[in-house]
Amino acid sequence: MPDLASIWFLLVGVLLVGYAVLDGFDLGAGTLHLFVAHDDEERRTVMRAIGPVWDGNEVWLLTAGGALFAAFPAVYATVFSGFYLALILLLVALIFRAVSLEFRSKLETTGWRRAWDVAFSVASFLPTLLFGVAIGNVLRGVPLDAAGDYRGGLVGLLNPFALTVGLLASSMFVMQGATWLSLKTEGRVHARSRRAALLAWPAFVVLWLVVTLYSRADAGHLWTNYDNPVAWVAPVAFVVVAAAFPVALRAGRDGLAFGLSSLSIAALIGTMGIGLYPNLLPVTGEASRSLTIHNAASSDLSLTVMLIIALIGMPLVIGYTAFIYWRFRGKVDLREHGY
Amino acid sequence: MLARAQFALTVMFHFIFPAITIGLGLLIAVLETLRWRTGREVYDRAATFWTKLFALTFAVGVATGVVMEFQFGTNWAAYSRFVGDIFGSPLAAEAILAFFLESAFLGLLLFGRDRISSRLRWFAAAMVALGSTLSGFWIVVADSWMQTPAGFTIIDGKARLTDFWAAVFNPSTMPRFIHTIVSSWSVGAFIMVGVAAWFLLRRRHLDVARTSMTIGVTVALVTAVLMFLTGDMSAREVAHEQSAKFAAMQGLYETTSGADMVIFSLPPTQNPGQAYQAPAIVITRLLSFLTFGSFDSVIKGLQAFPPADWPPVAITFLAYHNMVVIGTIMVLVMLALAWYTRRGSLARHPNWLRLAVLVTPLPLVAQQLGWMTAEIGRQPWVVYDVMRTSQGVSTAVSGPDVLVSLVLLAAVYAVLGSLWLFLLRREILHGPEPVTSAVPVVEPAAETEAERAERGLTPRGA
Repeated sequence: MPDLASIWFLLVGVLLVGYAVLDGFDLGAGTLHLFVAHDDEERRTVMRAIGPVWDGNEVWLLTAGGALFAAFPAVYATVFSGFYLALILLLVALIFRAVSLEFRSKLETTGWRRAWDVAFSVASFLPTLLFGVAIGNVLRGVPLDAAGDYRGGLVGLLNPFALTVGLLASSMFVMQGATWLSLKTEGRVHARSRRAALLAWPAFVVLWLVVTLYSRADAGHLWTNYDNPVAWVAPVAFVVVAAAFPVALRAGRDGLAFGLSSLSIAALIGTMGIGLYPNLLPVTGEASRSLTIHNAASSDLSLTVMLIIALIGMPLVIGYTAFIYWRFRGKVDLREHGY
Repeated sequence: MLARAQFALTVMFHFIFPAITIGLGLLIAVLETLRWRTGREVYDRAATFWTKLFALTFAVGVATGVVMEFQFGTNWAAYSRFVGDIFGSPLAAEAILAFFLESAFLGLLLFGRDRISSRLRWFAAAMVALGSTLSGFWIVVADSWMQTPAGFTIIDGKARLTDFWAAVFNPSTMPRFIHTIVSSWSVGAFIMVGVAAWFLLRRRHLDVARTSMTIGVTVALVTAVLMFLTGDMSAREVAHEQSAKFAAMQGLYETTSGADMVIFSLPPTQNPGQAYQAPAIVITRLLSFLTFGSFDSVIKGLQAFPPADWPPVAITFLAYHNMVVIGTIMVLVMLALAWYTRRGSLARHPNWLRLAVLVTPLPLVAQQLGWMTAEIGRQPWVVYDVMRTSQGVSTAVSGPDVLVSLVLLAAVYAVLGSLWLFLLRREILHGPEPVTSAVPVVEPAAETEAERAERGLTPRGA
């Protein structure tokens, strides 16, 4: 029976996977918005493809944030205050993204719509990069002072390793978004999305290789757990599904390709999580200051209460979310209500 | 100080939107219920129209809400470390148990109406309303714990949860939750009344306007009256649990037996023997009676507390009293509107209609003043009697960083607020659209030829 803190490490990971898989496709679709859709009708199609669900997808981020706060308050406090300006930038981007979806269709002038198209695209791309950079820094570790504060500023976060992870995340989200769009659209948008997915895939795989090799040199602590052969399940699963992805897409099996793309995200986050455990935020230089699931966790009572809430709540959430996705299955039809 | 300014800005701006969505959520659920049960077309169009305004507001609420949740970590890291064991749970519970529900079913309600049955559409509307209300509950739980912390102990300089239910249902949770939800319903109802009155003045969309007016006025009147009852409950709880805050709200410096109720006054001064500043309206000994049930009961004045523990008296006092004044105006206006609506003669009283339009934002203003009373009155504490606000701030964040983010967020919010108002205005000008949904309609609405023509003339967007 694993301890409560480990269960919560896993649960926060699951929430992050949920977020990356679901909001991942709408962030990716947003990034591609300007490129795969050229006229107004096509752009409305792209927005409509994520319209009914993006809001619910973003709640996964709130849930992951809330769960991190509840289960590991010290990590929440240190990371969020330490990565201050990056997070504020992320929040501003998310604000613009949310309102650009909602506001764009309200006016018919070309200038208005074009401005929101650009805002939507930029504000969708920026979070993917920032999330990647943040995760990159968490993986690599940051310097913390004796009080547990990070004082490296924004510049300290922009190290080459973290930036590479940022690009990896962007390519991953673009691939996920492009696959979603090929699943949900027809005609020209479908063809362009499919091409975008086939272009994003090699970038994703190459960046994954670079990050993996780079971590050997720059973040050696991530390899400790891989002394255990069982740990290799995640990276092996990643390689298998990532290799199968373009085959499925070329065969026109868009649904299967989307499933594989989602699984590759899960396997990638799993690979990183296994490398990190039991750390939550390694500290460079002064390893004893690292935040781990032991010194950063809430009390057992709090973790138990939260676990009960999650065990009751999450099956319900997954149930009705699946039901709603099922209701919206099939290609986008612009004659229906929406943007 | 900057961190406080940023929190005040973001929370005050944010709360406008959930208040509207909680209020409209209920009213849309009512309209959807009527549509589902009667199948009348007018309810369909009214529900669809209000759902559009809801969606626009919801988007801004979500966007600014994410900022709120992250801000505890970014700006109040010391606070987050101290209370994380308790304070994180309600935020996570809010997302899992409430926010998912609201956003998932809103997607279905907005985009799925051509794909779902009449009953499922009603269900989606009900879930949206339920989700927004539950969401309000967990947020009030979190905030109430800061007001009247319970169910915890302090170990190694950190708060540790000892009793989950005691923390959730701390002394102020229920009074404050009820007061907040009722006030949000009145926010929604006043907006509905205001827009309906404007339609009636312009003689547009008359059937939707009349339906919205009847439902809106009913809810607005009931909630405006309930505000006083729930407010009274909340104020008595404050008197018991946070007597320094209560003294500041009432402007009471000296501990008094048989304290007077100040209805209206300038902010009081500390001069001994001068309890309030003229011009003032005062009801002798009423405060003692209302608070503790006897005209002679003793109410602690601020001087019973060390000055370091005093909240800013003038702001707390003014916010509280102005909230009550606005609440009174709300009740009076709604009484009159309800009278004319019942007699069916409201459409012939353009001045009352104009007044109805004018008072639309009053509950929002009252709500902001109420939050100011609650949160400024809580100062200097972030967790009442446990942790001072100054101890909660992030030590890793530099002053210039906060200044940059404050200016950035202020600019973004200014743009966002104006765009939201601009688009809301457009949606209202545009008005309800003819029915296009697949939901079966039993009988066409009783509508005159003139109204039909009028609707046909209104422009229809893409």
